[in-house]
Amino acid sequence: MARSPIGGGATSPDVTVDARSPRGAEHRSPRLGVLLEPYYYLSPALILIALVMFVPLVVGLSYAFQNIAILNPFKTGFIGLANFETLLFKDKVFWRSLVNTVWWTTGSLGFQFFLGLGLALLLNRPFAGRRVVQAIVFLPWAVPTFLSGLTFAWLFNPVIGPFPHWMAALGMLSEPYNILGDPGLAMWGPIIANVWFGIPFFAITLLAALQAIPKELYEAAAIDGATAWQGFIKVTLPFLAPMIAITVLLRTIWISNFADLVVVMTGGGPANSTQILPSYIFTTAYKKLDFGYASAIATALLLLLFLYAAILIQMRKRLPDTT
Amino acid sequence: MSAAVPAMPGSLLRMLGHRAAILLYVSFALFPLFWLIKIAVTPDRLLYSEGVRLWPSATTWANFDFVLLKSDFPAFFSNSMTVSFGTAIAVTLIASGAGYAFSRFHFGGKAAVVAIMLLTQMFPLVMLIAPIYRLMTPLGLTDSLAGLIIVYTAFNVPFATFLMQSFFDGIPKELEESAMIDGCTRFSALWRVIFPLTLPGMAATLGFVFTAAWSELLFALMLINSEEKMTFAVGLLTFVSKFSVDWGQMMAAAVLALIPACLFFAFIQRYLVQGLTAGAIKG
Repeated sequence: MARSPIGGGATSPDVTVDARSPRGAEHRSPRLGVLLEPYYYLSPALILIALVMFVPLVVGLSYAFQNIAILNPFKTGFIGLANFETLLFKDKVFWRSLVNTVWWTTGSLGFQFFLGLGLALLLNRPFAGRRVVQAIVFLPWAVPTFLSGLTFAWLFNPVIGPFPHWMAALGMLSEPYNILGDPGLAMWGPIIANVWFGIPFFAITLLAALQAIPKELYEAAAIDGATAWQGFIKVTLPFLAPMIAITVLLRTIWISNFADLVVVMTGGGPANSTQILPSYIFTTAYKKLDFGYASAIATALLLLLFLYAAILIQMRKRLPDTT
Repeated sequence: MSAAVPAMPGSLLRMLGHRAAILLYVSFALFPLFWLIKIAVTPDRLLYSEGVRLWPSATTWANFDFVLLKSDFPAFFSNSMTVSFGTAIAVTLIASGAGYAFSRFHFGGKAAVVAIMLLTQMFPLVMLIAPIYRLMTPLGLTDSLAGLIIVYTAFNVPFATFLMQSFFDGIPKELEESAMIDGCTRFSALWRVIFPLTLPGMAATLGFVFTAAWSELLFALMLINSEEKMTFAVGLLTFVSKFSVDWGQMMAAAVLALIPACLFFAFIQRYLVQGLTAGAIKG
């Protein structure tokens, strides 16, 4: 989110404060106090993140270069790049999972985004009962993900769920069977559950951005004879662009790291057709108990996400700032 | 179908389209939850024979009775409450400080700190569980609700910080500047002037984090061993593996577990939108 720099305005009153309030300021030069002040507010967050996220990350990265399989405790030790060699050159499941991760992420994200944007546009108009409707349509975000996974697994089950029967009636399936057991279609199960769960996040952020657009702009556009569609393209979209950029970036990262739905609904199967990298890491670490190899996969995923974020942020910098 | 043009006369068709679209979204949001409730009130003997029916021919409260009176779920429930409230309060306090710093100061290292926060979002959480377990065991923080709160707090602080920054951005900085010129220290300006204005934003962050902590499964599963400390998510999952799965009872527990998070979220989602709006106007 591009923000205007507020440095000059914020620092000058600090100096005034230091000059007026005698306590504590004498020992240090006021300048140092000013320089350090933001870190007083930041330090609890930074210390916590360092201890609970970065230290374990470094430990986890070091696992990637070791042989740590609980089932085989005598062969523990550093093995250099062997895990990565296996990963890149011998492991077909890894490449399969990588391709599946891209499909899982773009599929989920695309539907979440467009349906979320649609919902935000619908909610941006006044109508009777809007408050209640808004509370209801945002509910899925509050439902624990593994529970949504379970519920959707039920819904897709032909014995106890209605979806296969509806799909057969609509001609989408030849007969009501469980698509979660069909390698060609299984990925749609977790994706649909994820879309259900994720629409509210986009709707909330985009609705907020929509409400921030000054109404005068639309009035001016209407006076100039613009159609609703032109208003949307020329006024709405440019204003939404910064929010879209940040939410798409965040959600891409979150979704490609998101194992719960796949683990609960299909466990990566059938025949690895829904295996995505985070679920593959999970199975490798906690079913096969091979922590070294799991960490190597995780390292690869982290590097890919890092690359993606770097590219997206560079692209965003090159675009002319619309706000 | 945008909000662009103020409602024109004769746009009845558009209004109907709008309402129909709303209705579709509402049904899509509610249908899975409805199915959950349906299974919870279906008697065992009808579960499979009437599985596809929209509503069973007979309903029962037996599953709810069992969950509330005969199972460990009330204990799991109160564990989840402790963990989720503990996490939500800790995150909101810590993220308010950090969000305030991002919103009001221009300082050396700011870009690096923002990058670090963004970077944390990329960490494959599954990979961190084993190291965290290993590091926390000697500290006595595994199999402990406090340990779970610490982990959840750390993982939720980065996004909550961006949220809080947006809320602070919506509050004109002139407000505390003028308070400081009137002789307040920054801290008392913060406490007296800014804090009351941020309350809706803090409520939104609180609710957002509460639902996240309430839903979390993997860490709770790996870090908690003893039954009396399980959160409801872990309790539900052990339900699946331990007994011959009684889906009706499980779904009854799930329905009960949904209530706090859903109520809380329904209450705060408005502030979430408002706060983000204010930040977007200012930014």
